Order: sequence, then structure tokens, then C-alpha cells
Amino acid sequence: MPDPRLILDKAALQDRIQRIADSIRQRCQGPDLALVGIYKRGVPLAERIYELLKPHYQTLLLGRVDITLYRDDINRLQLAPKLVGTDIPFDLDDQHIILFDEVMQSGRTVRAALDELLDYGRPARVELAVLIDRGGREMPITPDYIGEIVQVLPSERVKVRFTEVDTEDAVYVQE
Amino acid sequence: MKPRKDLLDIQSLTDEEIEFILTSAVPFKNLFKRSVKKVPTLRGSTVLTLFYEPSTRTRSSFEIAANRLSADVTNFTVGNSSVVKGESVLDTISTLEAMRTDYIVVRHSMSGIPNLIAKNTTASVINAGDGFHAHPTQALLDVFTLREVFGDDLRAKRIAFVGDVQHSRVARSTNLLCRRMGMTTSMLAPGSLVPRDRPEAIELFTNWSELFAWKPDVIYLLRVQMERQNVPFFPSIGEYHRIYGLTNDRLQRVRDEGIHVMHPGPVNRGVELNDSVMTYERCLIDQQVENGIAIRMSVLYWLKPGSQS
Repeated sequence: MPDPRLILDKAALQDRIQRIADSIRQRCQGPDLALVGIYKRGVPLAERIYELLKPHYQTLLLGRVDITLYRDDINRLQLAPKLVGTDIPFDLDDQHIILFDEVMQSGRTVRAALDELLDYGRPARVELAVLIDRGGREMPITPDYIGEIVQVLPSERVKVRFTEVDTEDAVYVQE
Repeated sequence: MKPRKDLLDIQSLTDEEIEFILTSAVPFKNLFKRSVKKVPTLRGSTVLTLFYEPSTRTRSSFEIAANRLSADVTNFTVGNSSVVKGESVLDTISTLEAMRTDYIVVRHSMSGIPNLIAKNTTASVINAGDGFHAHPTQALLDVFTLREVFGDDLRAKRIAFVGDVQHSRVARSTNLLCRRMGMTTSMLAPGSLVPRDRPEAIELFTNWSELFAWKPDVIYLLRVQMERQNVPFFPSIGEYHRIYGLTNDRLQRVRDEGIHVMHPGPVNRGVELNDSVMTYERCLIDQQVENGIAIRMSVLYWLKPGSQS
């Protein structure tokens, strides 16, 4: 297997996160906003944006969704995946929510996350922020905030790494 | 971890599988706090409860668990099916096989029936209690409850089973799993109700003062199986309560020493325990019931129908 190709280093990654935070701030007046990260790497993304936005909102909420139980391919898996669990420590009703995922491809993960969120309540509005949009949609879903659009072959994988769960901050493309 | 078709007893589980079931039950239990308690995970799957022995609690617990995973649930009860017309277990299974159910939850008064069924179907079979043999989901929910109380490491903890140890598949399975978790276990039982195959390592007491002297963290009261005593094993219910029951006096001592109390339900008030035990703050009986649903969801989630057993 050839070496993974670096597409964003630490500084570039931080810059994209900052840009997402800036556009959220411009477009979401508040005073309340809820950020929900999709497990696994949507969680550190949401947490970092949370830190950047915290000073600018009266109430900024943070949650996590583990979409495993809502996956559309759960019956096809050989083994049941480990569950981390969803943690939405606030009332979702009438809340403006931004959902975070690190890489967007088919849109199936986001579909699952939306279904799960709606089982927690009826948000006023749900938007989607992704660090990388690599194309290849299989569902009619489009992100509202994008850190970087990358063109890759269907066979290639985009790997986002965050120090919180990996050893470094970087984004790679791997064949 | 390999895909597993059936859950028949505790012995056949690997440590990894036990850990998987116990840890997955935590997110399942968290679902109970939501307004929508259901997840779509087993949508399109069918769960059949096949109870040859009456049980309202275990059966409802499995039904709620299956419903919360969006599976379709069907009952097959002795009273209203061809079982009473003399259909053999295997004939019933071929009927169920033709109905294409994905999971079969079995309770039978004869040990080993779930194993027999499991061999003859591609559906996942869950043993919900067979004779005096096993009741694995009870053991899992009991240990899950103990972990909620004491934390994940149960190694220093001591649990004493009190009562009809011989006829209790609960005692058998829960004792086994507690020991797997590194706990020390003991028994207090009437001489006539001590299992002959009791391992030497398990301490046996004949009265409550010996039991208290052993300093248990948990006292697990077993249900007196009224329906299984064709031959009485002790002279009277009153005497059983006086000698082996958790009476008010003993509850005082239990309270003073901060001991937790468990019971698999349904309780026989005035036999295994006194009314006031039910309101004792370290009585875990209701918690066991709630955890039963979470554990059964976890087991349904973990099993893979159609895989090699």
C-alpha cells in the first residue's frame, strides 16, 4: 500500500476549523446554539468549535450522537459494533442544532444521525458542518458548513486525525 | 470476538463476550430516559417467546426489550397453542422454523431443552430459564446491577445466596458469573435444599449469624419455588421465614451494616422477606427489573441469527 498523502497539516486543519467557526458565528445569531458531534471524530470537531464559539453565545450546548443503532447496514455486519452511546445532556425541543462530522461521503451517517436526533425531540432547525466533503453522495443531503472540499477517487479514503483520539492533527488521503 | 448464534448458559460465554454484553447495556439503559425509547436496530426481525412454563416478568422483560429494538414480537404460549395438544418440542420447532423467526426466547421446565432447540433451528435461541440448569440473562442483569452499585471491579465483593439453592437456576447462573467476575460467594440454605454438586470452595452456612459474621456486601434472596415442591423440603412456610427469611430483626442488622439486598422476583412476601425489605434503600429489586430490559436488549443486539453456533 502506498504511503498516505497529506492534504492538511496541523496548521491547515486548525485554519479550516476556525473558518467553520467563523461562518457559524456569522450565520447563527443565537442567543442559543447546540453543537452535536457524530461519534467518533465528529466529537472532537464539535468540541473544538465549541471552545471557539463559547465566548460569543449566551448558551452554547454540546452533545454527542453514536449512530450505531440507527445504521442502515446493521443487519449486514458480521458482528455487532461496540456501543459508545449517545449523550444529549439538554432538551432538544426548539433548539437550533449544528451536527458535526469529520468526513462527508454518502450521507448515510448523517441520515442516521438525523433520525436519532428526532427521537430525542423536535429541534427548531438542524444544520450540518463537515470538515471534509469528499463527494460521492447516496442520499439527498448537503452540508451547510464545509472546511475543505477534496476531489478523490471512489477507491481512496480520506482520514482525519485529531490529537484527542489519534496521535496528531492532520488529514490524509489513502488509496 | 466471533459471531454467536445462541445464548444458552454462562459457561459458554467468553470474557470478551460478557464484557461486550455488560458494557453495551449501559447505552441501552440510557435510552429509557428518552421520550422515544425505541431504536430501529432490529427492524424487520421477529422475536418469538416460547414459554413452556409460566412467567410474566421474564417474558414481558424480553418483549419490552425486543419492542424497544423495533423487532416484531410474537407469543407462543403453552395454554393457547398446540403444545397442550401433544405436539413435541421438535415439531413445534419445525413449525417455528417455517415461520422464519429470527430469535426464539425459550423457557422450559426441563434442563437442556433450549440446547435441543438451538441445534434444530437457524434462529438465535436465548435460554430464559431451563429447569434447574441456567438462566443466563438473569445472571447478566444481576452482575450489571452489582457493577452499577460497586463499580466495574467486583473482585473484593462478597455475595451470599440465601434459600432454595438447589432448585434455583438463578443461583446457579448468577453464582457462576459472580465468581467469573472475581467475587467471593457463599450460601445459606436449609440442609434439604443444598445442591449435591456444590463446589467445595463455596462456603455453606446454616444460620444467619454465621452469614453476618462472613461480612457480605450483598445478600441475594432466592425465591422459594412453591410450584416445584411436590415433596415439601421444609415443614412450613412460617418456619422457613423464621429460620431463613429476611425478617425485620435481620433487616435491622442488614441496614446497620449497609448490606445490599437482591432478589430475582417475584417475591413471596412473608416467606423470603418481610414487607419492609421492599422499601429498604439498599434493596436493588426494582433496579434489577429495569436492568433486565437493558441486558436483554444488549443480548438481542449482540446475537447473530443464522451464524454458526
